[in-house]
Amino acid sequence: MKRIKTLDTKNLCETAKNGGCGECQTSCQSACKTSCGIANQQCENKK
Amino acid sequence: MVHCYKLGGLNIVLDICSGSVHVVDDVVYDVIEAYESYPKEEIISAMLEKYASDETVTREELEGCFEDIEALKGEGKLFSPDNFESMAGKLKEKSAGVVKALCLHIAHTCNLNCSYCFASQGKYHGDRALMSFEVGKRALDFLVENSKGRHNLEVDFFGGEPLMNFDVVKELVAYARSIEKEAGKNFRFTLTTNGVLIDDDVIDFANRECSNVVLSLDGRKEVHDRYRVDYAGNGSWEKIVPKFQKLVEARGGKDYYMRGTFTHANPDFLKDIEKMLELGFNELSMEPVVAAEGDPSALTREDLPIVLDQYEKLAELMLKRHREGKPFTFYHYMIDLKGGPCIYKRISGCGSGTEYMAVTPWGDLYPCHQFVGEEKFKLGNVWDGVTNHEAQCDFASCNVYSRPECRDCWARLYCSGGCAANAYHSTGSVRGVYKYGCELFKKRMECAIMLEVAKTLDEEEN
Repeated sequence: MKRIKTLDTKNLCETAKNGGCGECQTSCQSACKTSCGIANQQCENKK
Repeated sequence: MVHCYKLGGLNIVLDICSGSVHVVDDVVYDVIEAYESYPKEEIISAMLEKYASDETVTREELEGCFEDIEALKGEGKLFSPDNFESMAGKLKEKSAGVVKALCLHIAHTCNLNCSYCFASQGKYHGDRALMSFEVGKRALDFLVENSKGRHNLEVDFFGGEPLMNFDVVKELVAYARSIEKEAGKNFRFTLTTNGVLIDDDVIDFANRECSNVVLSLDGRKEVHDRYRVDYAGNGSWEKIVPKFQKLVEARGGKDYYMRGTFTHANPDFLKDIEKMLELGFNELSMEPVVAAEGDPSALTREDLPIVLDQYEKLAELMLKRHREGKPFTFYHYMIDLKGGPCIYKRISGCGSGTEYMAVTPWGDLYPCHQFVGEEKFKLGNVWDGVTNHEAQCDFASCNVYSRPECRDCWARLYCSGGCAANAYHSTGSVRGVYKYGCELFKKRMECAIMLEVAKTLDEEEN
């Protein structure tokens, strides 16, 4: 596609299958403490 | 839903529900923006007119653009539908009763007297107090008992100033280490400090035991010392900066955040970030102040365009430094497009009041540190567990779909519905929306994604 470049990203729909293990960091714990963002969290799913 | 924006010389299209990110040229950008609102023929005519001087834009070429868009749509990477609503409560159902993180209010007192402090100088609108070892130990036992299958448990030593009760901090960590193996757990400790009491003992401890340390520094000396003063009114900048530098150096320059707060007095916070860099710090966080409307430190409507512009300039600076081989981290621009959180996490909210709670020096449980002192939100205590089920229910039902304002927002899967405390303080309801915060958040996400796109394009060129 010469006018569109698609980045390699995680497909969120796919994560519905094996996601939800709950091992990832709590959202604002240990960092900002005053706002919520989950985009900067790492997935810790070992499955 | 797609979100199209232009930043840093790039045309970016986000497909919200798949998480896909596309970089497109001007023509496709315009076509995608119009795609769901106008018939194909109408869009083609409009494009031929708009790009009449561009000989590459022909009817055939535009037909090709439509084919590409349709192909991406077919692959689930463009205009993908939101089919997640039925899953919104599932993560919390799956993890009902599981607690995996505690904010231990080890000291409800502070050796600084910062007027902008959301915790009212560490007292949280109550009495000064230090947590005893017995209360802290019971809190750790409560966490282990209620963490069920979770392996990683997070404990933040918070205050007030936690180093005013450092002996208890050390005793609690020793206790946790003594039980974690048998319990099948991995404690991750963090420490949030103003730096005044940092010494070699603290540095050794923090670097040995804490997976992260959060160090409070507002940047420029005059900015920092405007609020961060001792009880005699003396600024703390001169005292703490060398201590922070020593701690960070001993830590190998990683696993910390230099965390600043910006207020109405310094919406031009990029200068404070530059000061932090000049001081040798590279893992940075700058947070908008949490203050009631009308408070002298509170950000105003007039500050908003300045702050948004600062976020863009910060992204430009980060990209420049990255290209020069001198990168630095900004907490809110950290985004892993390939390995970020799953959809459950993205729609479930922050976890306050359910998997995450704050513990006061007396052992009372609150939904998070920002609710401590608000009596109606008291959930229970570390001996009896959660007894205020009504209050907890409000938090358990918080998710992206429980806030009508979030339903049509492109950023909803990046913020997960936002901060319940900010929502409560600005609207009186934990299910409200702190709109000012949303404006800042959306700009931060646009900048963060733009940075990732630019870095990816750089890598491919080299």
